[in-house]
Amino acid sequence: MTDIQHHISDDILDDYRRGTLPHAFSVVVAAHLSLCDECRARHETRDMIGGALLVGAEAAALSTGARARMMAALDTPAPAPAPRGSGVFPAPVMAELRGRPPRWRMLGGGIRQQILSADRSGSLRLLYIPPGRAVPEHGHRGLELTLVLQGSFADSEGAFHRGDVETAHDEIDHQPVAGPGAPCICLAATDAPLRFHAMLPSLLQPIFRI
Amino acid sequence: MTNPVTKEISALSRDLIAVRDRRDREAFGRLFDHFAPRLKAMLLRGGLRDGSAEDVVQDVMLAVWHKAAQFDPHRADAAGWIYAIARNRRIDLARRKPLSQPEEMPDLPSLEPDAGQVLSLQQEARELAAALSRLAPEQADALRAAYFDDLPQSRISEMTGLPLGTIKSRIRLGLDRLRHELRSIAP
Repeated sequence: MTDIQHHISDDILDDYRRGTLPHAFSVVVAAHLSLCDECRARHETRDMIGGALLVGAEAAALSTGARARMMAALDTPAPAPAPRGSGVFPAPVMAELRGRPPRWRMLGGGIRQQILSADRSGSLRLLYIPPGRAVPEHGHRGLELTLVLQGSFADSEGAFHRGDVETAHDEIDHQPVAGPGAPCICLAATDAPLRFHAMLPSLLQPIFRI
Repeated sequence: MTNPVTKEISALSRDLIAVRDRRDREAFGRLFDHFAPRLKAMLLRGGLRDGSAEDVVQDVMLAVWHKAAQFDPHRADAAGWIYAIARNRRIDLARRKPLSQPEEMPDLPSLEPDAGQVLSLQQEARELAAALSRLAPEQADALRAAYFDDLPQSRISEMTGLPLGTIKSRIRLGLDRLRHELRSIAP
């Protein structure tokens, strides 16, 4: 928990907190906050600022009966608790998996993926990369956030271990290679299709959705 | 600190702990009396109509009652914790999918309470409130827009007529100043 080196930026954290980050990225942020004490503290400090401002804020009169209605509502049953984390997957990832283990699809070269969500605002998937294996070199048209859940990978930007997030903008053209040891499992969100240079002709990309 | 606001913060956290540990309805009533009108004003400022603002206030306060077991005074004070619930509720009203949430921290009964850490966190919350009141007005306004009204910087820029760079630097300066005063809680 303490040796996470690559964090989310203030801008991305603020967009997440405001609810304006597309779903795929917000899951990566929530998963990183589940693993990173430092960013969790940044997040909670912002809530503490919000709380201090709330205590000092103006008030609006409630309608008559609002308090009685509130007290009467306390006996309603509590909603079901949120899913918990399991294995290497923190709670927000388990929620995307709907509480089940991943169902991997083979992509060739021992690389597997499961798409968790995909729509016009972006896509979110889990990737499984065997040790020493390279993910084909790819550039980005938009933003990509990649969070390591198990094992590690390295590319031109550095080495990434469990809890680390790589933030790649469209200028980065990189070739991540999974580190030795356990297979690298990561959670990757993009807001645009990736451009693979070698692995698949670009016409097939919409079909394989990678 | 004898500022009434700062004294109130720890009383509110005590009430929330009473709700958590004893399902204390009187303590909950005090939290409702304090927070519900402020939450309503916050939601009205965010553009909700009177009736729906009250419905959301009821949702938020009911979630406070139901989730009180997760309140951890090692990590949060009552005001920040309740604010976070309200922030999430307000966001989910506007989103197609509910906002993905980080993992809850481990169940409290499994942890030995650390009085020193609880006291220092609550002290930090009080110092934060005091430090906010000492900020230059333009920094305090920028932080309020960004971290209380949750407005995007582009919107703050539109509303104030100030360039985006000015908004960014006021938020940054405000946060830096708070960090400087509260080195122990902010990275």
